[in-house]
Amino acid sequence: MEVFWYIIISVVFAIFFILDGYNFGTGIIHLFLAKTEKDKEVITKCAGLFWDFNEVWLVAGGALLFMAFPTFYASVFSGFYLPLIIVLWLIIFRAIGLEFRGQFNFQMWKNIWDASFGVSSLLLALFFGIALGNVVRGVNLGAIENGVAAFEPHYFFLPLWDSSFSPLSETPGVIDWFTIIIGLISVVTLAIHGANWIILKTNSSINNQLKSVIFKLTILLFALTIISLLVWQIMNPNSLDNFIDKPYLIIFPVIYFAGLFGLFFIKKIKKDIHGFILSTLVIFGGITSSLASLFPVILPSTHNQNESLTIYNTAAPEYGLSVALGWGIIGIILVIVYLITQNKLMSGKIDTMDYGH
Amino acid sequence: MEDMIFYDRLQFAFTITFHYIFPQLTMGLSLIIVYYKWRFLKTNIEKYNNAAKFLMKIFAVNFTMGVVTGIPMEFQFGTNWAKFSELTGGIIGQTLAMEGLFSFFLESSFLALFIFGEKLMGQKLHFLTGFLVFLGSWASGYLILATNAWMQHPVGYEILKNGKFVLENFSALFSNPWLLPAFLHNQIASLVTSSFVVASIGAFYVLRTKNTEYGKLFLKTGVIFGLVSSLLLAFPTGDLNAKNVAKYQPAAFAAMEGIFKTEEAGAEIVLIGQPDMVRKKLDNKIAVPNILSFLTYQDWNKQIPGMDQFKKEELPTNIPALYYSYHIMVGLGTIFIAIMGLAVFFLWRKKLYSFKPLLWSIMFLVPFPYIANITGWYTAELGRQPYLVYGLLKTSEGVSPNVSSGNTLFTLLGFVALYMLLGLLFLVLVGKTIHQGPTPQKH
Repeated sequence: MEVFWYIIISVVFAIFFILDGYNFGTGIIHLFLAKTEKDKEVITKCAGLFWDFNEVWLVAGGALLFMAFPTFYASVFSGFYLPLIIVLWLIIFRAIGLEFRGQFNFQMWKNIWDASFGVSSLLLALFFGIALGNVVRGVNLGAIENGVAAFEPHYFFLPLWDSSFSPLSETPGVIDWFTIIIGLISVVTLAIHGANWIILKTNSSINNQLKSVIFKLTILLFALTIISLLVWQIMNPNSLDNFIDKPYLIIFPVIYFAGLFGLFFIKKIKKDIHGFILSTLVIFGGITSSLASLFPVILPSTHNQNESLTIYNTAAPEYGLSVALGWGIIGIILVIVYLITQNKLMSGKIDTMDYGH
Repeated sequence: MEDMIFYDRLQFAFTITFHYIFPQLTMGLSLIIVYYKWRFLKTNIEKYNNAAKFLMKIFAVNFTMGVVTGIPMEFQFGTNWAKFSELTGGIIGQTLAMEGLFSFFLESSFLALFIFGEKLMGQKLHFLTGFLVFLGSWASGYLILATNAWMQHPVGYEILKNGKFVLENFSALFSNPWLLPAFLHNQIASLVTSSFVVASIGAFYVLRTKNTEYGKLFLKTGVIFGLVSSLLLAFPTGDLNAKNVAKYQPAAFAAMEGIFKTEEAGAEIVLIGQPDMVRKKLDNKIAVPNILSFLTYQDWNKQIPGMDQFKKEELPTNIPALYYSYHIMVGLGTIFIAIMGLAVFFLWRKKLYSFKPLLWSIMFLVPFPYIANITGWYTAELGRQPYLVYGLLKTSEGVSPNVSSGNTLFTLLGFVALYMLLGLLFLVLVGKTIHQGPTPQKH
């Protein structure tokens, strides 16, 4: 039952990063590459029409996590207190940037909200990547310093950084050079994803330029991926054990690399949707590979005194999990039906769409 | 430790107060929108359709605000109330996750369809999407109230040796005797807010003599819905809630009614008076004898336990705040019935649209239902103190042990600043929408 909910929640979060990920990426591209007002408008629109619907995946994922793994929820949300609250603020700035831009028709107003949308999208992509980096690296559970624990074994409190900025420090912070690498991977991946979304949904004048941007970013992403894997091997020599014990898990890294290699041929791809599917594979593969390498651990401990948090020692009891299964399955099916219906209704390029508004 | 709890509570109170400005409008407004859409289907008069679409624009702005201020609420269970989440997540996680999964999706996806899809779907389907938005927002209210009802009056649980609350009976969460009265009272209260908002927009249009046709429509709908909902708010829903508090939380009941000493021959009802916590009495009191006993138990002489009957640690922590919240809510509720009653009377005599003093009052009354809603919630939440889960888990036992008060104060200040900005933008945006009016724009 724990495994089932673990899979469901991972998939919900993966879908959140795929869907809201293109909004973050759109913001990043918008920040650096959109020059003319016409492009800016259509690019904000292709994010603005969808953001709140995508956001509900975050709410659903968070709430399901709360229901199924309350101890994990409590530990992680309080332990990453500051970064999470900052993420909340950024989400608000991103949303109001998209919603308020078109409300008044003078340039300075639009520029302010463009910046709000772009900068917060960039930082959100970076922060979510750093968050994944933290989960992979692990934290100082129990906040042990010099052998003395400050909290119960499943609580911790992470500073934003440790003066050494090293993931190998006894008291690692949220930001260190390993999590920064993962953060950059996230920014690059989502920028590629956002560029694919813009190509798919608009006729902006930069669509051709975006393809060569995607190509260059793919090379960068490949390099960063290799670096991160090497660093991870140095940090934790056992990090690939899961893939050796359970060879079928290799499917996830395969998905990641299939997407990544596909993106090298972005300039030859004729159908816009194919590029988008490839970056979707990269995101899905990236998240699932990271999680699969940890399974059944969901938050590693950086020392031996306290054991890592796993899906088993943080889950709610059996009865609650199985009751939730009943409404959970119905809910997930409904949600997927909504998702498909909405995308069908809003298919095609934004600039030519008449949505009677 | 003390100031840690204080800042955690202050941050939650501040963010939830600000958040609840938005859902209390959307829940009631969706019903009025469905009503207009239904009138349009029946009569085919374009005016009703435009009115529905105009109100949906206001709904959409409120919904966006509700979403962005709602995510911090969900997060705070984990960030600031980690111990509470850890101990009770297996139970309240159920209802909260159902809210996220069902109602939130329903609302957000069908809102998009309602706004963008009228041409695509035809009128009947368009009505249906409006109805589903209404259903989603009310389901959302229901599930949040189910969560709160469990905290007010826990049922269907078992406590393990390590202190964790474990779900034992899922359906008990929904047959909780606290839930239905609280849900109905809350939804009716949200309908009061929306009726006042709609009536206020109507009064504005009539007074400025532009969009007068819609002004009259909004006034008529607003005051009729307003009177009916204000009456239902007091009876039966308010009455049922008060009886629940008297039954399940007698200490809170004594504190909110301001009964310091138990009276043998039936309790008086306090209309006005300020609690004096040092001398344990009410200053400047105006009270009517025996009414409270009659209202609560239909027995003039029934004894109601006062605060002297409870140990100090069972009583709510902030008695004056609880007392004022409750009395402000009840006082405003009474004024709403009077004003809306008067307005409906003038409507019936066909003088409402030209009686300016009343129109001005209706226009400027709009903040008060918001205040009444929020003080109503303060009554419920302050009354539950010093517990998070009534009688079982103290508020001080629920905070995150690892988040220091400095961090919470920092984020509280951040929320205050950010929400001030949000509030300003919201007013500008809604003001602009109202100013433009419901007449369809030509492109």
